[in-house]
Amino acid sequence: MRSLSVIWAVFVKDLRVEWRSRETLAPMCVFGLLVVFLFNFAFETAHEETLRLLPGLLWIAFAFSGILAFNRSFAAERENACLEGMLLAPIDPSAIFVGKLLANLVFLGVTEAVIVFASAVWYNFSFLPSLGAFALILFFGTLGYVALGTIFGGVAANTRMREVMLPVLQFPVAFWVLILGTDATSDALRGAARGDVARGVFRVAGVSLIFAVVSFLLFEYVLEE
Amino acid sequence: MPADAASARPILELRGVSKYFGDLVALRRVELRVEPGDAVLLYGPNGAGKTTLLRTLAALSRPTEGEVLFNGEDIHRHAGLSKARVGFVSHATFLYGELTGRENLRFAGTLFGLDDLERRIDHALDLFAVRERASEPVRGLSRGLQQRVSLARAFLHDPDFLLLDEPFTGLDAASVKGLEAILGRLPGEGKAIIFSNHDFEQGVALARRLVALEGGRVRYDGPLSLAPLESLRITAGSKPRG
Amino acid sequence: MKKLFPPAVHLAVLAVWLTLALYLIFLYAPREATMGEVQRIFYIHFSSACTALLAYFFVFLGSMGYLWKRSRRADDFAYASAEVGFLFCCAVLVTGPLWAKPAWGIWWTWDARLTSTFILWLLYIAYLMLRSYVINPGRVEILASVVGVIGFVDAVIDYMAIRWWRTQHPQPVLGGGSGSGLDPRMWVTVFVTWGAFLCLFSYLVRQRMAMAEARRELVELRRELAA
Repeated sequence: MRSLSVIWAVFVKDLRVEWRSRETLAPMCVFGLLVVFLFNFAFETAHEETLRLLPGLLWIAFAFSGILAFNRSFAAERENACLEGMLLAPIDPSAIFVGKLLANLVFLGVTEAVIVFASAVWYNFSFLPSLGAFALILFFGTLGYVALGTIFGGVAANTRMREVMLPVLQFPVAFWVLILGTDATSDALRGAARGDVARGVFRVAGVSLIFAVVSFLLFEYVLEE
Repeated sequence: MPADAASARPILELRGVSKYFGDLVALRRVELRVEPGDAVLLYGPNGAGKTTLLRTLAALSRPTEGEVLFNGEDIHRHAGLSKARVGFVSHATFLYGELTGRENLRFAGTLFGLDDLERRIDHALDLFAVRERASEPVRGLSRGLQQRVSLARAFLHDPDFLLLDEPFTGLDAASVKGLEAILGRLPGEGKAIIFSNHDFEQGVALARRLVALEGGRVRYDGPLSLAPLESLRITAGSKPRG
Repeated sequence: MKKLFPPAVHLAVLAVWLTLALYLIFLYAPREATMGEVQRIFYIHFSSACTALLAYFFVFLGSMGYLWKRSRRADDFAYASAEVGFLFCCAVLVTGPLWAKPAWGIWWTWDARLTSTFILWLLYIAYLMLRSYVINPGRVEILASVVGVIGFVDAVIDYMAIRWWRTQHPQPVLGGGSGSGLDPRMWVTVFVTWGAFLCLFSYLVRQRMAMAEARRELVELRRELAA
């Protein structure tokens, strides 16, 4: 199916451009680490309390790093009107959405791994016991967050204050993905009952999938000239 | 227009097309019809609407009023109808700076769903004599070379209609000659070219038909040889006012 | 619509209704047992909240109408509802603390209702900011419509999910008894006030839409002149 090859082409192209320019992933990781680092000093806490705050901290770090990716995703296309170049071809605009979504997923996923690893070291906390559930929560939560970020990145690219416009759009809407992600993570990390953890995963997955589908359906309108 | 739809000759049309950007009227009730074999010079002062007209033909810009028809069908009702048969060259190169010329063309070719892609890429790169530099990141190329890669990109899918917005800007004399030669051949090969140019004389060498645009309106659309240059305020050999 | 119910009549009806509501709020409704006179602000708070919620639904309807049919009127409706709805949402966020502080001793709490309302307020701001900041005037309607639809999906998830979440994380609930044990006279006041606010909302939206229509005509005239 041609759409699949278009999606793959956009995905690979975004990754390749990033690999050569290194303008997205490195800043994202650095920023995420900075958030975790600052948090540690802003909230000087004992070990037990840190564990209570850790899920929220992680998701805030993910949220802010993600914003960097979404802005960049469309900034790169603006340079030589590359987005229009893509639209000259007889492709489905949704394919651009999916391709970019996958690329942003990779970027944020790598950043999350870096942040989690650093947190494990800095807080002497092992994520291994709950890794399975945690990975699932991360995946679904990131999927919903990135879907919203990709479409809002496209919307904000058309505005005058795009660096400000994107968070203003993203945070009120992605709020629930972040909150549910935090809650589910909290349950998973402190070893809550499997039923509770499973429910948490389903909630995150449910909300994220709703937003992913809605974003997918609406994206073609964002590109319409 | 059932007869045309049945024939093999594709036709690109603007019918009653107006384009507004808020207060600004870029195009005003434009009627235009382009067929294979046409060599059209789009001429007019700055702000006349030339770029908007070309973008509308390329399906990049949706008209506020009116229709864009490809073989009689509204291209905005059937997405992608005309895109496979139209090539567009503009001031922007549509190239990713970090990718090489070849990678850029490969990407475009995949989007257009072309088969035998590598051969087509080689052919397009050769056409604009840019093959040796095609394995370097586009960012490192001069403006003129980037323009040539951009032209190669537009030719990749062998379009019937080639739309060019000021294509000679930024090219050195040799490249200009090369491009003129390529463009000059196309109408004979059954393609159509529509290009805007602020240098009237250079345009005259290539075109047989003139579309003069001013204030978003078509002032003249007909054979170049019969164009009433004075009333159109065109002085051959000079730049337009405005 | 204009002939049957011209703006002047609408305004007159509105004036009467609002006066009636004010009378009911301050003179007719009985004094609340525990909170005293301050409780009267609840009528305004509650009515504003319902109107703000309904308004965002209208933003959604207008946005869908535009996406589906590219109807200018639908977009006008969405934008007008957003502007007026935003005002009502501000009213909720202002009257809330004004009521809460004397009644329960705290200005604010992140309970279900207030949190949802705050997010709704942010969604309004996002929509209104977007409409102001889009560079190309030809694209503002479609981009705003996309945001309106996504925002509404979020608002729905909000109002459903926050109830669940707050049972997990209990906080003091403001206005706990607003649905329970209300004197019948209070119910009457609630309904009349809500009706008055809806009348106010519809009047403001209507005027705002008329303004948008007039502005469009002005733009068209300018276009003709430029010819």
